[in-house]
Amino acid sequence: MSSSPSLNTWSDALSGFSIGWFPLGLVIVAVIPLVFIALYALTYGVYGERKISAFMQDRLGPMEVGFWGILQTLADILKLLQKEDIVPTAADKFLFVIGPGILFVGSFLAFAVLPFGPAFIGADLNVGLFYAVGIVALEVVGILAAGWGSNNKWALYGAVRSVAQIVSYEIPASIALLCAAMLAGTLSMQQITLMQAGPNGFLHWFLFTNPIAWLPFLIYFISSLAETNRAPFDIPEAESELVAGYFTEYSGMKFAVIFLAEYGSMFMVSAIISIAFLGGWTSPLPNIGSLELNAMTSGPVWGAFWIIMKGFFFIFVQMWLRWTLPRLRVDQLMYLCWKVLTPFSLVAFVLTAIWVINH
Amino acid sequence: MSEYFSNIKTSATTIATGMAITLKHFFNAVKRKGDAGIDDADYFRQVDGLCTLQYPKEAIPTPPHGRYRLYCNIDDCIGCRQCERACPVECIAIETIKTTSDDLEACGKTSGGQQKRMWVPVFDIDTAKCMTCGICQSVCPTDCLYHTSVADFSEFDVKNMLYHFGNLSKIEAEAKKKKLAEQQAQAAKEKAAAGGAPAPKPAPKAAPQQKPGGAE
Repeated sequence: MSSSPSLNTWSDALSGFSIGWFPLGLVIVAVIPLVFIALYALTYGVYGERKISAFMQDRLGPMEVGFWGILQTLADILKLLQKEDIVPTAADKFLFVIGPGILFVGSFLAFAVLPFGPAFIGADLNVGLFYAVGIVALEVVGILAAGWGSNNKWALYGAVRSVAQIVSYEIPASIALLCAAMLAGTLSMQQITLMQAGPNGFLHWFLFTNPIAWLPFLIYFISSLAETNRAPFDIPEAESELVAGYFTEYSGMKFAVIFLAEYGSMFMVSAIISIAFLGGWTSPLPNIGSLELNAMTSGPVWGAFWIIMKGFFFIFVQMWLRWTLPRLRVDQLMYLCWKVLTPFSLVAFVLTAIWVINH
Repeated sequence: MSEYFSNIKTSATTIATGMAITLKHFFNAVKRKGDAGIDDADYFRQVDGLCTLQYPKEAIPTPPHGRYRLYCNIDDCIGCRQCERACPVECIAIETIKTTSDDLEACGKTSGGQQKRMWVPVFDIDTAKCMTCGICQSVCPTDCLYHTSVADFSEFDVKNMLYHFGNLSKIEAEAKKKKLAEQQAQAAKEKAAAGGAPAPKPAPKAAPQQKPGGAE
């Protein structure tokens, strides 16, 4: 699949590595994003979000466990491990237990096509973007399994709201990503990124080469908030009116897995938006005359750095929005999706098509 | 249709305004709000930065004239029980023992020079009930009962909110009671022996009265 011999060398070499019959390399390729999700969710996701939310509200956040509370996450893990793993007697046990698993698998499977730099991608599919958009839909099944299996009205409300929300917002999100795919002429994540690579850094990104790209960019960002259940679209969770929505009945490690899935999908959508519009793992720095900043800050390790930083920036924006905006009502949510984002995404689609034809 | 677009414009601008405010607060988190009191001219100007007070480590000092926790200076207490009667929530419990004449010296005087005539083995203040109304303080004749400026006296167990101020231990109190009873019995006996004449008149009443030793 790779166009140049240097692309995906590390992941190809790693997946070819095996001890006897056991494909150890493939396992390592799968484990790398898992370790990444776990580490980022614990540091940036849990601790960072607490601190960011606290600072935005003029508070201090966790301060007691370790210096500036940096061991707070560790204490949280210990607490979650000690908690009793309750399965309600009247619950549908199979769905209840498997729900968080489906949720996490849904967000984790999309990591297979995310390029962590030019030399590392789990699977360079020629339908990578399509696969990523499609596999997110698995989260709906997980949420519905969790909410229905809990045998709890709040959980069921949360699950049904979530289905309504995620299924609706997938339409503007997919059309917005289609604009990026149209600009690139391919659905492969590595190829889309390569289309935006060049010596002038950020000037090659779709967001800056195309006069209309800001519209699908904004539409996808708003829809991605809804797809990951982040505020202001967190009505499936709705901790104030539904207690905690579809995970009301969960405790201990199952609860932790649900949150790991949420943080996993947060990074996933942030990485997808960076790949589709902001050049993925390419360096933002342009070459200025003889000072080759772009060439200096490119390469497999720099690529991983850039895509993670771009993803983290969008996660910061998600947190920033969460602590700024109130939750939308269900009717407002549907209005925004069907009457604003969907028409505008269609307009963006047509305009992008015209631009691509005439360019 | 124009309303539709104006709604989009309003939401975009309001979201931008709100996000600008939160971002400003986020970057102001490197500062701490000052500690200017209400008297300072800068009080209303210190709007930026974190305002959380890490309470047990950092606390705003209570004013020295604050009236919070009730305290009894038992050395000055004369056992008049006025505070107990005045308390509207019955948070004060007092027991007194009258001093015997030879103990007057040991019982001592108040700081105002008044001779104390009562031992106070039990002077309990249930701080959990106290509503800091200060009535007890105003009726106290020797000013030994007052509210201090200690504002934080929370406890994990409500039993620990019961404060003991008595000036005698249980054993001492028993001894004093016994001594008083003996002296009163002695006095009654002497009275009965000395005055045979006045006895007949209140005889039916006086005889049962003397038994508990309550002759004043």
